[in-house]
Amino acid sequence: MPILEVRDLRKSFGNVEVLKGIDFTLEKGEALSVIGSSGSGKTTLLRCLNFLERPDNGKIIVNGETLLDCSDPSTLIESQIRRKRLHFGLVFQSFNLFPQYTALENVMLSPKLLAKENHLKDFDKKALKAEAEELFVNIGLADRMGNYPHQLSGGQQQRVAIARALIMHPDILCFDEPTSALDPELTGEVLKVIRKLSEHKTTMIIVTHEMEFARDVAHQVIFMDGGVICEQGDPLEVFNHPKEERTKQFLSRYSQK
Amino acid sequence: METFIEQLPVVIGALNTGFIQTLKLFSLTLLGAFPLGLIIAFGSLSKIKAISVTTSFIIWIIRGTPLMIQLLIVYYFPGLVLHSPIWGGGESGRFLAASIAFIINYACYFSEIYRGGIQSVPVGQTEAGLVLGMTKRQIFFNVTLLQMIKRIVPPISNEIITLVKDTALARIIALQEIIWAGQAFMKGSHGISGAIWPLFFTAFYYLVFNGIVTLLLAKFERKLDYFR
Repeated sequence: MPILEVRDLRKSFGNVEVLKGIDFTLEKGEALSVIGSSGSGKTTLLRCLNFLERPDNGKIIVNGETLLDCSDPSTLIESQIRRKRLHFGLVFQSFNLFPQYTALENVMLSPKLLAKENHLKDFDKKALKAEAEELFVNIGLADRMGNYPHQLSGGQQQRVAIARALIMHPDILCFDEPTSALDPELTGEVLKVIRKLSEHKTTMIIVTHEMEFARDVAHQVIFMDGGVICEQGDPLEVFNHPKEERTKQFLSRYSQK
Repeated sequence: METFIEQLPVVIGALNTGFIQTLKLFSLTLLGAFPLGLIIAFGSLSKIKAISVTTSFIIWIIRGTPLMIQLLIVYYFPGLVLHSPIWGGGESGRFLAASIAFIINYACYFSEIYRGGIQSVPVGQTEAGLVLGMTKRQIFFNVTLLQMIKRIVPPISNEIITLVKDTALARIIALQEIIWAGQAFMKGSHGISGAIWPLFFTAFYYLVFNGIVTLLLAKFERKLDYFR
């Protein structure tokens, strides 16, 4: 059974149909790269998966549980959306760290709030802190935990944002152009962290413009164009022997750079 | 000169009494207007059109008319028009009416500052909270609020300093605040009459108090300097 199944996902903003029926599946431990030009619907797809946008049509099924089925109102209840969206994590293009908290506090905030809300008496704050600290070691920022976001570089902020998403243990971690807001010399350190996650079999969906990275790290690649999946398959196949004319054009624009 | 030295303690005593009333009105207005302003701000940001339009209408009325008129209406309307003098008589009645008028007036100004503050926090902050499984309430209190406070300290400081001086308007319903106390010596009070200098003295009270307020607000602003 795939960990994620997306069926006929459609989304319009006003008269503009941004997603025109997206279908794909993702296996546990796999990384999926989503490529395509700006405005092709990649970001909207991630936002739908994270329940930041409500699709007009379609299904999202995680581990066999139908989280969202636009034809079944019982899956659209607002109060349950919060629990459902925790199946997913999202790393934003613009990091969106909370400026008033240190890097460590950023990572620990939501598990702390969740524990407080559930009145967990056996909530082990030490264990949470230990887990957060281990995450900081993994992202190579063990010495920057006490820094505030504005004291960190963009690459460091994005790595903290990744740790912040990981501590919620999402089934599927989504990246929305995680390096697009970074200087070229800072993208490497973020990609390295994502690569390491892939090696540890983290299930991921990565929207990116880093073509080489998309090819190397992913088990599956989707090329989106105009709100539809134009081509999808094994990364080496799609990148080296694209079948669709639009994919060829898109990739050739990138290889010229 | 001799009479001045004789009169000074009497005048200072009366001004102090008046100034306490000024301070009470000032503090109570802030205490009431800070939270009420937030409620009004949520009203004007409401997605329900009827609520946001009504709130904007009220803000328009309150900000569009003089506080002095509002004071007169709040104080006299129940008694003279509705024939039910809800404020009660005497100084305590005047103080209550003045406090209500000031709280409503300042809450409307604060609400617009709050609204700007809330809207200036990037939507990405809320979205980051949402995808981490926080409720909207948790996001407001743990993420948005402090960022909003940081942004609104300078404009709110402005309003607070204005409020210190605006309390003098309560004189119009004969609230015995410091201006009233100073003016009393012109007509005659405590055996002193025809003296205008006590009125001028009141300016020092405002000046010194505003100096303290300014220092405190600057200190608070610096406290929030640790993040951007």
